[in-house]
Amino acid sequence: MNRRRIPWLYFTVPRNFYWLVQRLVPLIWAVAAVLAVAGLYVGFFVAPPDYQQGNSYRIMFIHVPTAWMGMFLYALMAVYAVIFLAWRIKMADVMARSLAPTGALMTALSLWTGALWGAPTWGTYWVWDARLTSTLLLLFLFLGYMALYAAIDDREKGARAAALLALIGVINVPVIYFSVEWWHTLHQGMSISPSGGASMAPSMLAALLLGTGACWAYCAAVTLRRAQTELLEREDSTGWTRTVSTDDAPPAPRGVAVPTGRRN
Amino acid sequence: MGRSLWTLLKRDITLLVLRRQDVMTIIAFFLIVTTLLPLSVGPEPETLRALAPGGVWIAAALASLISLDRLFADDWRDGTLEQLALGPAPLALVALTKITAHWLALGLPLVLLSPLMGYALGLQGMALLILPLSLALGTPVLSLLGATGAALTLGVRAGGALMALLILPLYVPVLILGSGAVSEAMHAAGAGPHLSLLGALLALALPLAPLAVAGALRIALD
Repeated sequence: MNRRRIPWLYFTVPRNFYWLVQRLVPLIWAVAAVLAVAGLYVGFFVAPPDYQQGNSYRIMFIHVPTAWMGMFLYALMAVYAVIFLAWRIKMADVMARSLAPTGALMTALSLWTGALWGAPTWGTYWVWDARLTSTLLLLFLFLGYMALYAAIDDREKGARAAALLALIGVINVPVIYFSVEWWHTLHQGMSISPSGGASMAPSMLAALLLGTGACWAYCAAVTLRRAQTELLEREDSTGWTRTVSTDDAPPAPRGVAVPTGRRN
Repeated sequence: MGRSLWTLLKRDITLLVLRRQDVMTIIAFFLIVTTLLPLSVGPEPETLRALAPGGVWIAAALASLISLDRLFADDWRDGTLEQLALGPAPLALVALTKITAHWLALGLPLVLLSPLMGYALGLQGMALLILPLSLALGTPVLSLLGATGAALTLGVRAGGALMALLILPLYVPVLILGSGAVSEAMHAAGAGPHLSLLGALLALALPLAPLAVAGALRIALD
């Protein structure tokens, strides 16, 4: 009944979700590819060299999007975790779990590209800068989520424990961020900050936004595909997975829930 | 309800005090980790004094972490936790009571011992007063956060190492503010802001963490 009133809940039925994703993912991959090519072109050939940093600043077109995606994906994971804890919608858990590895990858990439940028700019690969440190801690939060999920044998319990951890983590992220920021200003007065200034050439901004769009689309495509494989694994006992050919599966009739096969 | 919680508090403290070696082990752990600091960085008083606040705080955080590992484990294994969850008192208050008992038996001795270790590492004057004060405000927060980790990893393989991964990132703000307060006191600046913020963290964790612990315990008990 509820399912009819809220159209999006239709896609919380695993089979319908699978069907939708099967059609969406190729489109999202195409968007990611187009944006990435456009972003890299603008970033490498159109955007002017920075007046202070020369060409080394161009890594920002990957670095900044990955850093944003890392934070965004953690928040999104926590949103799905809350949905799962509050309404026990199984798809929300599948999405949260599928987001974690991609989020960790983005966070790790932003640290790595940050280090590569720091070498020519700051003269060192790593400083205990506030942002670097809090990004590192964010990576640990991602790893903790995945480790806790993997450590609990009972999938339902593991899902709930990991969702609770994501919720605790997201409450703590601002506290960690501000304390690290404060610790940094307290201990060492470093004058160089990662933001090169407020003003930015329009082509730089364009490349940055294109890069962000490409990163976002990549994350969406990979996450949705991972959610699909997760579903195939979980729903193995329910039968519908056997009928799904990789290409074309009709959606279940409206309002008919597929048996969910809970473990416990 | 108040009386049952009071009974629980007395029971937990009695259990911890009866198993005296547990308390002694944690205290010995705290002392040994602090002793490792001069052994690893060298005995120069200036270096030691600069590292003392962080050293004592890291030792306290690690001691809190390993002592919390078994906060719920025994009660969970023999079914006591299930009985407590079925009882009239809300599970969050039960958790808070257990955390309080744990801190009184295992956290408070570290707070009281910390000036000794601070002195051994070369802290002087105000810093020797601020160190136990910051620990008194900060270690309850560590206990509250660590209890969440202990509840989440209840009955999990390799729970101890996993708990460290889950909880140590959350310890960071307390560690920064706690050792920062002592450092400020060393440089004759006011430690007030740090201590106020530590108090704010405690005020935040005190109502919120028991709810998270109760949620995690319910998952483990399901």
